Amino acid sequence: MLRPRIIPCLLVRNKGLVKTVGFKDGKYVGDPINAVRIFNEKEADELMIVDIDATAKSQEPDLGMIKKWAAECRMPLCYGGGVHSVSQAKTIIGLGVEKVAISSAAIANPKLIAEIAGEVGNQSVIVVLDVRRNKSGGYEVFTHNGMRATGQEPGDLVQEFQNLGAGEIVVNCIDRDGTMQGYDIELARRMRGAARVPMTFLGGAGSLDDMRVLFSEFGVMGAAAGSLFVFKGIYKAVLINYPSPGGKDQLIREALRI
Amino acid sequence: MISIIDYGMGNIHAFRNMYARLNIEVRFARTVEDVADSSKLILPGVGGFDDAMLCLERSGLRPALEEAALVQGKPLLGVCVGMQMLARSSEEGRRPGLGWVPGTVKRFSMPSLELPHMGWNDVVPQQTGGLFRGMADDARFYFLHSYYFECDDAKQVLAITNYGADYASAVACRNIYGVQFHPEKSHHWGSQLLRNFAEL
Repeated sequence: MLRPRIIPCLLVRNKGLVKTVGFKDGKYVGDPINAVRIFNEKEADELMIVDIDATAKSQEPDLGMIKKWAAECRMPLCYGGGVHSVSQAKTIIGLGVEKVAISSAAIANPKLIAEIAGEVGNQSVIVVLDVRRNKSGGYEVFTHNGMRATGQEPGDLVQEFQNLGAGEIVVNCIDRDGTMQGYDIELARRMRGAARVPMTFLGGAGSLDDMRVLFSEFGVMGAAAGSLFVFKGIYKAVLINYPSPGGKDQLIREALRI
Repeated sequence: MISIIDYGMGNIHAFRNMYARLNIEVRFARTVEDVADSSKLILPGVGGFDDAMLCLERSGLRPALEEAALVQGKPLLGVCVGMQMLARSSEEGRRPGLGWVPGTVKRFSMPSLELPHMGWNDVVPQQTGGLFRGMADDARFYFLHSYYFECDDAKQVLAITNYGADYASAVACRNIYGVQFHPEKSHHWGSQLLRNFAEL
């Protein structure tokens, strides 16, 4: 049986790990390689690492760092941040990364998705949509760390991007980022209905129970989290953590009622 | 020594790291001499079928691989697209495959399936020992693909996985093996499988 995926999402700034709230106030939480090693030991399903400054500051992806993470990682790795060309994507895949995530570049130039998919295969092209709820109760996609509104509705982009060959859509809820209040289930419902490719939801998970709710509502999909896997306790002490294999199996059995 | 074929496709470093943790010496094979000097070969692969075949042809290593795998009978393990390349052909591309394991590569066609098949799934060995020696019945591996290997001869199916339907997630034809999943990214299960390959 294909299992739901439980995915730590690590944010990188100036070569260090940070964790944001609402895409702001990045708090330093440690060294990326150290975190990769801990998630190796914990046998995490997958790992996602996003350089949150690359696009906002027009920087190129740090290939030296990516190569080190990929070599260290004994689980599948997805890298995002600053990727805007086919050649970059190809280089990054060549470093041993399984999946490359693009966001603002795909929104600015959707054909890029098809071009990258043509080179590295669509299983390795991930599109991340940073989504915020607007005043009228709808949702809108943002780029550049939530600073730039695109005027685009996420459901429309999911359709368009999967038709162009995206292999997975990651929906990141800006409003819930770092809040640990649970996923935005309404957003998940709207997005899930639009997708025929694997989807991963990110933003708001405060407990494994939030992931259980997501899987029981929407079946086999990806549940990603930042704060949940880097903080412990109400004072948010930094402690890299991940459910045990047994705990994960039990969560999945309960969620899928098997 | 085990060689990981470096023809420009696939995560060669991840294989080397897995073997380093097992204290098993491996190296990257980049020349005909490297291939000739190997006792076992790993053919990794990611990306598209045609791209991978083209890269292999351009590497100039194909004749040496044929000599090693088909004439000398050295064990060879194809991984992901590296497994699919062992087939005669693939629905993903127009180039012919290597044709070392009788079969063809097809796209998952059930309309209700999400593609790619992405994530951790069960792998059920159809034979004991060999690549799956010592693996508990909860063996699971990481998959990332939209095409699968269909064997001409069911006896060459080494393991099955269910995604919409049962399909061959591992194949074997004499000394030539293929796995659709990524052992280099599958934690202790992957490590065990790579150790088993080293000990074949």
